[in-house]
Order: sequence, then structure tokens, then C-alpha cells
Amino acid sequence: MKLYHYLLILLLCLVAPFLLPHYLTQLAFLWIMVVLSITWDTTGGQMGYNSFGNIIFFGVGMYACAVFQRDSGLSYFPALLIGLGVGGVFAMLTAAIFGNALLGMRGHYFSIGTLGLGVAAGEVAGGWDYIGAGSGLTTPLYPGPLEHRDLLFYYMFFVWAVITFFALRRLYQSRFGLAINAIRDNEEKAEAMGIHTTRYKVSAWIISAWFLGVIGGGAGNLMGFIDPKDVAFSGPTFGVWMILMAITGGKGTIWGPVIGAVIFHVTQELFWTLLLGWQRVAMGLLIVLIVLFFPEGILGWLRQRYPNRFNTNITQRAEK
Amino acid sequence: MTSELLEIQAVSKAFGGVQANREISLQVPSGKIIGLIGPNGSGKTTLFNSIVGYHPIDSGSIRFDQREITRMLTPQIARLGLLRTFQQTRIYVRMSCMQNMQISLPLRQHKLKTIFEPLSRTDQQRIEDMLAFVGLHGKRHLLAGDLSFGQQKLLEFAMALIAKPKLLLLDEPTAGINPTLINGLIDRLKVANRELGITLFIIEHNMRVIMNIADHIYCLAHGRLLAEGAPDAIQNNQVVIDAYLGAD
Amino acid sequence: MLDNVQILFQAPVFSVDLIVNGMLIGAIFMLAAYGMALVWGVMNVINVAQGEFVMLGGYVTLLVVKMGLPPLVGIPISAIVLFGVGWLVYRLVIFRVVERDVFTSLLATYGVAILLAQLINETFGADVRTVDTGMGTWFFLDNNVTVAVIKVVAFVLAIVIGILLWLFLKKSRTGQAIRATAQNARAARILGIDTHRTFAITYSLSAALCGAAGSLAIMAWAVHPYIGLPYTIRSFMIVVVAGVGNLLGVIIAGLGLGVAENVAGFILGAEFQIAFVFLLMIGALILRNSLLRRQRKYLR
Repeated sequence: MKLYHYLLILLLCLVAPFLLPHYLTQLAFLWIMVVLSITWDTTGGQMGYNSFGNIIFFGVGMYACAVFQRDSGLSYFPALLIGLGVGGVFAMLTAAIFGNALLGMRGHYFSIGTLGLGVAAGEVAGGWDYIGAGSGLTTPLYPGPLEHRDLLFYYMFFVWAVITFFALRRLYQSRFGLAINAIRDNEEKAEAMGIHTTRYKVSAWIISAWFLGVIGGGAGNLMGFIDPKDVAFSGPTFGVWMILMAITGGKGTIWGPVIGAVIFHVTQELFWTLLLGWQRVAMGLLIVLIVLFFPEGILGWLRQRYPNRFNTNITQRAEK
Repeated sequence: MTSELLEIQAVSKAFGGVQANREISLQVPSGKIIGLIGPNGSGKTTLFNSIVGYHPIDSGSIRFDQREITRMLTPQIARLGLLRTFQQTRIYVRMSCMQNMQISLPLRQHKLKTIFEPLSRTDQQRIEDMLAFVGLHGKRHLLAGDLSFGQQKLLEFAMALIAKPKLLLLDEPTAGINPTLINGLIDRLKVANRELGITLFIIEHNMRVIMNIADHIYCLAHGRLLAEGAPDAIQNNQVVIDAYLGAD
Repeated sequence: MLDNVQILFQAPVFSVDLIVNGMLIGAIFMLAAYGMALVWGVMNVINVAQGEFVMLGGYVTLLVVKMGLPPLVGIPISAIVLFGVGWLVYRLVIFRVVERDVFTSLLATYGVAILLAQLINETFGADVRTVDTGMGTWFFLDNNVTVAVIKVVAFVLAIVIGILLWLFLKKSRTGQAIRATAQNARAARILGIDTHRTFAITYSLSAALCGAAGSLAIMAWAVHPYIGLPYTIRSFMIVVVAGVGNLLGVIIAGLGLGVAENVAGFILGAEFQIAFVFLLMIGALILRNSLLRRQRKYLR
């Protein structure tokens, strides 16, 4: 990708709110989905540990931020900014606490274990009065007109998505990235060569939790109301969508999860507009169709179709 | 003698009802090439697995570089400088040869600050030289999974060498290699031993190869140490010959 | 929470109530787990939609009762309908993931689960449903232990169904084909067993088991569109703890889970009961894994 490609995309993203002002909330949500997708792929596509429970970091970030905003006594903007950081930190702590135990399990046991964790978090949140229990939490009201708020959040989330993208990309190009790829390709070999596999696995999860936690805090503020099971820790929506987005675009690639997030989000919004309640049914069907018929995703499919173009990528990347 | 690099004392390992290793004792002196031969099913790979901590042993002791490693885990043992290659070659299939080599660089370089840095020029040169050494320089940007079996074996060998182990256990390094390329492999093994200073402990079925390069050979049969000695002595040892011929 | 624990110590008879009722519902968990173990053992597919089949079984019985038929008739009807549903799901989805990696089958069956749960939610609404069988209640120990008769009936039927299935697998031709395929699918195929059809029957049998379980569940307890995932997790936990081929273990683990869950629900409060189930599953996995780690193996 040349520099002017990046600049074109940047320009497009910066002016999008003015091109489609009616869809500002959905556009802001797009960046949330991008972060969900990219961070899932860190442990999923890049490391081979398919988490069905990354939603826990999203929800923890959401709640931690909202609780901080509620209890800190600071005015709106400082509370928000610090709250986002608090959300990220709590998400990282969650990953650190559960990481060692869960990442010590292979394959589908990790998947189902994380599935259980994500749902359990929702159930616990639904019963915990301090954070609102079943009634959920509301985030503070924005001190200004709604359009300003949506615009601000759009740019904030866009910036965060960009930071997440480039930070993770840098990570994948470093020795850390090689280590987690090695774990994906042959964990036993990596262990036999002396690599501290557990350290890398938990670190990767903690890093993805950071970005996810912060955007979770942001998402809670965008939506205004946090429901424990339907929003914060919702496995059947965000939780499984993040997996699908990464797969749709191409697991284990840099741009795949981004492309997948865009396509998926647009599709999901279309379904919502056209089908209302049946949107969820349609999404379930979409999940099955993608998994069955398009598991390699867009970039995977392109790689098979045009292998030569991708070989040059490998050469360029290795020679940097 | 505590000057041996690897000391195995009375190691036993059973799987279910099968006694794979039975009270095996042997030593691998530093700087040498030691061979491990024996008919199929005599417990050679099991012994390697025991040494590197792939499974716990039932009884006995294993000392590496003056240190008791009997109860250590595989990654810990690897970090002490004891590496092995696998019979069914194991490499990172979706990474390029260069990347396979990069991740195999010695662990001293995996400190926190260097983890996030790109490859240094010296390391890159070392990797390219090592790939050239095994004849894979032209293929260094290909995905490891796209190499032929023999090439993958060479890559695995190169990865083990670049990791600068003190002791390298090789499990049938010439199996599946085109006979015309075996001489080249023998030479490389010798270079690795003499110039890189790596002690080699090799399981081999190819008698020509092992008799050519080994300083000392151990022969297993039915899980037990049958005989040991210099290549000439082993070749003419009737007990060894009987073990191979009478193996069925 | 501690108050509730105190109550159990001060009046142990409550424990009896919890244990008895826990075991009764545990039998239903056992049925669903048996089905999951079958599918897992034969086709190496972990069916995340297992709980949704239970849920569907409940709703089929609901419809049966709405049509004026006696509730107990709902049990065989739910089983048969879910057999059909299982066959359909196999032919459309499962057969494509059988030969692939477990992650694919996990994700695909999760998609099916979401689809089914949302379908029922849209069609029937999210209300909790139950079916009254008018069987009354038994009282024991000075009215401190109450047991709805239908729960006892459900328990007995669940055990009977389980035993019938076990006999079927042991004695019948189809059952033997299933067991042979479970041991070595390729060998079974070479020997002339139609593995494709065997897989379909296995999956459908598992769904039928869930259908019966769901029917019992709506009569003796209650169902709503989202009971699926907890049932799946319970089944998975039971199979992991008991081991895939171990029917007796599945029964014991199922009953034990029922008791544990009931007691936890009492002590922690009903709103944390489901959380307890999920956390227990994670705990069971971690424990099992760490026990294996001592032998340098991993849960595979």
C-alpha cells in the first residue's frame, strides 16, 4: 500500500460525517466494530487461539468507564477521558487474571472456556447492584447538542481505530508478532525451541484487551445506556460478530479484519433497517453461511486467486 | 564423570504395558558426535523425548551441563541449550523461511526491548548465511509449508543451528532425504560440530551415515542398552548384528 | 448470601429439598449431555446448538398442549419433531463441518444456535413458558421438602430414555454402526457402513434426546428462548468431567450438577445461578487441564 492510498482513505474517513450526516451514529459505530475485529484477530487469526469471549473486555471497559464517570466527581470531559483509560486498565486486568488459566488450554477448550467466561460476566453484571444489576447503567449526558456529541465520538473512535490498527501492525511486524505466529503454526515446536509461549499468549491477550476496553468505554457513552446482557457482554451479537468480521475479511491478515468489519457492519445495519426484529435471525443465518462457504474470507480468497501479488508482499515485508 | 555434557542414569519409561526405556545409562561428552542406533521400536525416540522433557520419566536421572533436568519442562530445557529436531519435521508452515529462522534466534535476544524491534543487520546476515549453508538461500522468502519434505528438514536443521544450542538431538536427520544429497548433509553435520561447536546426539538408521560421522555409538534394543563403542567395534559386534537381523 | 448458608446449617432439611430437586432436574441435564457425548464421540463435533434443541423441544410440547392434547403426549412428539429438525440441520449444515476443524463446527453450530433462539424469540416472544400437567405435589418431612410429582415422573422418564438409548446403541444394527463409526470412521466406511447416514442418525438421535429433555423441562420447570446456551454449557461440562464414552459418569455428573446448581442458586441467589454454571464449567476445564499438565499432556 502506497502512501497516497493511506492518505486517500484518511481523507475519506475525515469527511465522511459531512457526506452522510444522517448516519453519524452508525459511522461512529463502524470504528467500534473495526476495533472489535482487529483486536479479536490478535489472538484469533495471528495466534491461533479463537476466543469466543473477548466480549468480556468490551463489557468490562464499558462498565469500568461508566462507573468511573458516575463516581469520580469530575466534570464531563476529564471524567470521560480518564474513564476510557480506566476501562482499558480494568480490561487488561481481566485478561491478566484469567489469561494464564484459560490460555493454558488448547483449541476448542479455550474457545468454550472463553465462551463461558463472556456469558458468566454478563450474568454477574446482571445481578450486581453496584453497577446497576439488571437495570443497567446510564452514562453521563453530553454537555452540548447531540450532533456535536456524535461528531466528537466519531472522530474519537476513528482516531482510536487508527491507533489500534497501527499499533497492532507494528506488533505483528516485530519479533513479538513472529512469536505469536509461531505459536499459531506449531505451538509444540515453539515450546521445544524454548520460547516462553505462556508469556507471549497472555501478553497478546492483555494487549488486545487494552484496546478493546477503551473502545468499550467509548461505546457505552455513544449508546447512553448499558445493558449487561444485551449490550455489554452480549455474546450472540458483538461477541460472535467480532469473530465473523475477522473471518469475513481474512483471518490472520492486517487488513482483513478491517475490511471484514466494514462489510459486516454495513450488512448488519441493512438487515436492521429492512428486517427489524428478524435481523438477529438473519445474522445467525449469515454466520452459518460465512463459516460454511467463505471461511477463508476476502483476503484469503484473493490470495488463492492471485498468489503472485501476495508473494511480493511477503518478500517486501521480510526485507524491511 | 561430571565433565560430560549429557548424563543419563538408569532412565526408565513405560507406556501402559509397554516398557519403552529400561534402565538406560549413557553419556554424551561435550564436542563429540554420538550415535544412537537400534531396530525399530527399540525406544530411541522415546529416549529423546525423555531427555527433552516431552514426558515425565518413571525413574532415573538426566543431567545436562552439570544440572539436573529430570523434572524440567521442555521450554526450560531448551533455554538451557538442549534442542532437538523431530522425526516428522516440525516448522512454522505459514511463515517464510526467513521468519522461521528469525524466531529461532537465541533467546538471549528475546528481552523486553528487543522484542518490539525489527531484525538487526548482523542477525539478518547470520540468518542468510545459515540458510545458504543448508542450501535454502534462494528459497528464503517462500512459505515454509511450500517447501518439499527434504527442504523442510534442512530448514528445521538450520533453525536448530541458528539457535546456538550446546547439544542438539537429531532424530533421523537423513530419513526421507534423496540419497544423492546425503553426503552434503553429512558434511554439514560435521561442520556444525567442528566449527560451530555443537555437540550432536543422532538417531540414525542409515549405517553408512552414522558409522561415518560418529565418535561413539550406543545401540538400543527392546528398550535396553545393548552395546556401545566406537563405530568399528559396533559394526562387528555380533550382539548388535543379531538385534537388527532378529528384530522381527 | 451468608444468611442463606446459615439457613442450611440451622435447618438441614432444606438441604434435602435442594438435593432432591437438584437431582430431579439433573436427569434432564443428563439426557442433553448424553446426546452431546454421542455427537462428539462419533463425529468430533461439539454441538453448541444442543441447548437450543432442548429449548425447541419445550416449545413443541407447548404447541401440542395448545392443540388440546395431553401434555405427556408431548414427550414422544417433541422427540420425533426434533429428530426431524436434527436431520435437517445435519443435511444443511453439519455434514459440511464434520471433516473440518473443531473451531469451524463450533462457530457453525453457534450460528445455528443463535438463529434458532432468535427465531423462537420472534415467533413466541421472550416470555417464560410452562405447561401445567396437574399432577400435584408430594410433601415430605413435615412439609419441608416439596417435590412436584411431574418432576419425579420426568426423572424416571429421563433415566428410562437414557437406558433405552444405551440398549439401542449396544444391541441394534444401527447402534453398532454408530459405535463402529465412532471408533474409526474410515474403517467403518471401508467395511460398508454408510458413515454419512450414520452421522445423520447420530445427530438426529441427539436432537431427539434434547427434544424429550425439553419436553420434560417445560412440564416440570419452565422454558424461554434463551435457555439454550446454559444447557449447552451444562452438557459440555458434564461430558468433559465424565469423559465421552462413560454413560454412568454422565448420569452421576448430570445429577451432581443439578444438585450443585440448585444449592448454588439458593446460596447465591437465583440471579447468579446461571453465572455459577458457567464459572463452574470454566473451573472444571481448568482443573482437568492442570491435572493433565502434570503428565505433560493437554486437554485435546
